[in-house]
Amino acid sequence: MSNAVSIRPGRPALPEWVRRLPEYLMIWVPLLLSAAHLVSFSLWTVWISFTPSTLVPVSGWVGLRNYSAVAASRNWQIAFDNLLLFGSAFVLLSLVTGLALAILLDQRIRGENVLRSIFLYPLAVSFVVTGTVWSWLLNPGLGIQKLVHDLGWASFKFDWLIDRDMAIWTIVIAAIWQSSGFAMALFLAGLRSVDADIIKAAQIDGAGPVRIYRRIILPSLWPITITVVVIQLQFAISTFDLVRALTNGGPGIATQLPALVVYDLMFQRSLLGRGAAAAVLMLLILLAVLLPYAAWRYVQRRRAAHA
Amino acid sequence: MRERSFVASRILIYLVVLLIAAAWLAPLAVVVLNSLRSNEEIAQGSMIGWPQHWAWSNYLTAWSGFCVAETCAGIRPYMLNSALVTIPATIFSTLLGAIAGYAVSLWRFRGDTWIYGIVTLGLFLPQQMRLLPWTIVLRDIGLINTLAGLVLIHTIQGLSFTTLFCRNYYVAIPHELIRAARIDGAGFFRIFWRIILPLSPPILVVTVIWQFTHIWNEFLYGVTFTSGQQQPVTAALIALSAAVADIPQHGVQSAAVIIAALPTLLIYLLGGKYFVRGLTAGAVK
Repeated sequence: MSNAVSIRPGRPALPEWVRRLPEYLMIWVPLLLSAAHLVSFSLWTVWISFTPSTLVPVSGWVGLRNYSAVAASRNWQIAFDNLLLFGSAFVLLSLVTGLALAILLDQRIRGENVLRSIFLYPLAVSFVVTGTVWSWLLNPGLGIQKLVHDLGWASFKFDWLIDRDMAIWTIVIAAIWQSSGFAMALFLAGLRSVDADIIKAAQIDGAGPVRIYRRIILPSLWPITITVVVIQLQFAISTFDLVRALTNGGPGIATQLPALVVYDLMFQRSLLGRGAAAAVLMLLILLAVLLPYAAWRYVQRRRAAHA
Repeated sequence: MRERSFVASRILIYLVVLLIAAAWLAPLAVVVLNSLRSNEEIAQGSMIGWPQHWAWSNYLTAWSGFCVAETCAGIRPYMLNSALVTIPATIFSTLLGAIAGYAVSLWRFRGDTWIYGIVTLGLFLPQQMRLLPWTIVLRDIGLINTLAGLVLIHTIQGLSFTTLFCRNYYVAIPHELIRAARIDGAGFFRIFWRIILPLSPPILVVTVIWQFTHIWNEFLYGVTFTSGQQQPVTAALIALSAAVADIPQHGVQSAAVIIAALPTLLIYLLGGKYFVRGLTAGAVK
């Protein structure tokens, strides 16, 4: 690396570092701001979670007291159970829906572009809008149930939105509608990248489409499947807007999720220390998903490098 | 025989796909139709129905008439807020991301992989980990409850995405190009302006669409760091639905929902291809 300093006649040569100052500023200032705020803000929140802060952050040390208070609260327990249910149901169902849509669209059907756009458009809309719209559709007095009643089927019941045990499923429904298009897009890209020669060879050997899918195409989708699972889980863990607009955690606290608990503790009850502890717990849940994924990616890369 | 079963399976495939497509479009159709029905009409029937009288006035009320709290200016000021946050934050984060992506991929400097690694952490860390510190910092620098504060946050946060997108795109540019330009005496910025930027439109379109949709749709920061007249449209929609909880105004609310979703829907329709590219670029790292 040699940087020739061209000295033009009639102009005094500036010291190297002054000449390159704008360049350093443009590289380092944004990158450092971004990196530093991520690290320092996260550590800051971790620190607050160990302090007795309520209305304002104060110094002090209460050990794990905030954590045990959060973990013992009914709000958090329900939020955590809901997250397990919502997370697994949402990830599984959006995988199945996304894969089914991708396989259907892969059948060389007419109007594929239009259909793909239809399945993807909810992703472009904010969760606030999505949640609001679904809260209307699922509202027993206004939405689907009312429509079916008006059509004459008076005993039809679809009141999950106000049913404590079922309300969490309304969030699953809306979340699948919102984001299974994303799984579809990734799977479709995967299906299209399967080697056409291998498929042709299998066809010549007399394998039918079902067999080709089961034996050749689907197994090649594993890496994409794992990526989709991790991203959807990450989304599930931080779900906030959708629930806020759809049920606002209700009825009662039946659809509480960790992200809502954090917000509630920090900004509605002004229990900053506990709110920070809940945020750190969220991070730990996320790490439980991401660390195995990172390890898996690392092994894959090592294997690819050796191959 | 084989022919017949082929035709049957084709029909089945189309039937299933069209059915799902209809289900996927239904919520949008319901909102569009409701935005054209009067409140009384919806109250008498259900949310799902064909307008008997086209109530175009809903849009006017939603845009500039309805009341949230004590102000009755409709959704217009909040749309303006969202635009004033989204447009600059998109431009800043994209430009800075392009420079940062170029620096970490082609220019290389000491510690670049470390810095880049930490920056991309921003894709994973939950927003909740940064809510309190941002509140404190914004208050200390006097930007709490201002649009400028939101622009600042979205610009810095957005760097994680934009740097990643641009970096992944720039690593594919042949290094010889940069080396040759350096030998000719071109510096960091000249190479950026003359070589990198002209090659960048494809990735810049992806980044701009991604950032615009993201920032426009964002809610948590908007509702945490701003209040009242300073809120973006996502926060205003929630405030509106709380405000009309007693006297439902579903027609007007539907119109407001449509207006609020329009910018990102338009961007999606115009740049759908790039939208998908952004999705996959964000997913497959």
